[in-house]
Amino acid sequence: MITLTHVCKTYKVSKRDAGFSSALKALFHREYERISALDDVSFTISDGEMVGYIGPNGAGKSSTIKILSGILVPDAGTCLVNGLIPWKNRIEHVKNIGVVFGQRTQLWWDVPILDSFELLKEIYQISTPLYRQNLEQLTEMLDLSALLKTPARQLSLGQRMRCELAGSLLHSPKILFLDEPTIGLDAVSKLAVRDFILKLNAEKKTTVILTTHDMQDIEALTSRIILIGKGQILLDGHIHQIKEGFDSTEEGLASFYKSHHI
Amino acid sequence: MKLYGKYFVMHLKSVMEYKTSFLLTCISQFFVSFNIFLGIYFMFQRFSKVEGFTYPEVLLSFGITLMEFTLAEAFARGFDTFGSIINHGEFDRILARPRGIILQVLGSRIEFTRIGRLLQAIVVFAYGLAVSDVRWTPWKVFSILLMLLGGTVVFSGLFLIYASVCFFTIEGLEFMNIFTDGAREYGKYPVSIYGKRVLQLCTFVVPYALIQYYPLLYLLDRGKPSYSLLPLAACLFIIPCLLLWRAGVRHYTSSGS
Repeated sequence: MITLTHVCKTYKVSKRDAGFSSALKALFHREYERISALDDVSFTISDGEMVGYIGPNGAGKSSTIKILSGILVPDAGTCLVNGLIPWKNRIEHVKNIGVVFGQRTQLWWDVPILDSFELLKEIYQISTPLYRQNLEQLTEMLDLSALLKTPARQLSLGQRMRCELAGSLLHSPKILFLDEPTIGLDAVSKLAVRDFILKLNAEKKTTVILTTHDMQDIEALTSRIILIGKGQILLDGHIHQIKEGFDSTEEGLASFYKSHHI
Repeated sequence: MKLYGKYFVMHLKSVMEYKTSFLLTCISQFFVSFNIFLGIYFMFQRFSKVEGFTYPEVLLSFGITLMEFTLAEAFARGFDTFGSIINHGEFDRILARPRGIILQVLGSRIEFTRIGRLLQAIVVFAYGLAVSDVRWTPWKVFSILLMLLGGTVVFSGLFLIYASVCFFTIEGLEFMNIFTDGAREYGKYPVSIYGKRVLQLCTFVVPYALIQYYPLLYLLDRGKPSYSLLPLAACLFIIPCLLLWRAGVRHYTSSGS
């Protein structure tokens, strides 16, 4: 169970005009602007739910994910994930979550995938029977058997993403954060990743929070979406609410953004 | 500790993927510091003593400082290159894992190519030993181990400060190199030759003298036996470094950048 209540976060961003003289001025006196990344954000996600967390670039998606995964401390508000405050009980909390960043890899570039997994086993202190069981299951679900002995650098993006997913699930996390898991993938790989996420959610009851710009991901995976813009929750509901009256979700979303001036 | 061992093996495996590159870097590391050695050699072609220290004695000093620095650079490489760890978002990943932050940063980079330089340091040191007339006792051998330990800790502390600064500036500050690479360069001579002020600075602010000059005096029978324990005192230097690091981590988690 994840609850966020009245979470606020502002960043200090230095600003200056273009040009050399203003660069010089900024050396001595810097002007800061306070940018509100999250402004009174509240939502609740139950165990085993699958939620699409969407919004335009810079809306506050990654700030939210960072707060939920214990990386960032909010200025105000409270956040409880399975009874723990992420940034206060960092180590206890992160044992129960898995994070996949579509743009970054956690696999070691030059060594076989299996070696990266073994290191994760050590980092998360996964017991050998559990590790074997999870590895076997994930290998089968994601069709990894041919990939495990290859170094990450020799894998295609799609193959690597499948390994990435497996790596973040070896410790049986209760919650999985997926940050643009299908970015840059070809159609076949996209479908494979989607199928896997659906199966994972159905079989293991893993809570999945997915951020993406790909509306087909959302349509295929979730019924509930939380839409954030300019740091505020604009919609917490069903994907149909966006799509209604439009040919595609994409168009509905674009018009929704426009109507909220974001 | 077991986790660090795993990291160690992973780096070893990665390095072995690129054997030629590894070998060439090792060799170049060897020659870069060989330069410094030549500098000392030619200096002593002209002068027989520098501030009361003979050629073999300076070689001992140089060899030890270089070993200390190299060990720190090899194992605290994560802090030395911390700017890139932050920029690539690796630090977010570290925070999202259930292990100590420092252990993970240490584990994320281990520089095996420094073996080349370590070898150089050992050769110079051994040569210094052979030609100097130090009378060896078991306690002296032990005090050398203490010097290596203290020195590695002090240099690691400096790298830690460097990394902590990255939290605030992201890029890290080049001037910090004065204290790390600079100390390696100047550390070839016992710090006392730079004058009293520098010696005081190197005793009470950044304790280079405690890992090099004073224990060296003991090795050469010119200092009190208690000097041999000073490297342990130098280890206390790590405490303010760790405090600064903690402040940095706190700043990071509140600003997210």
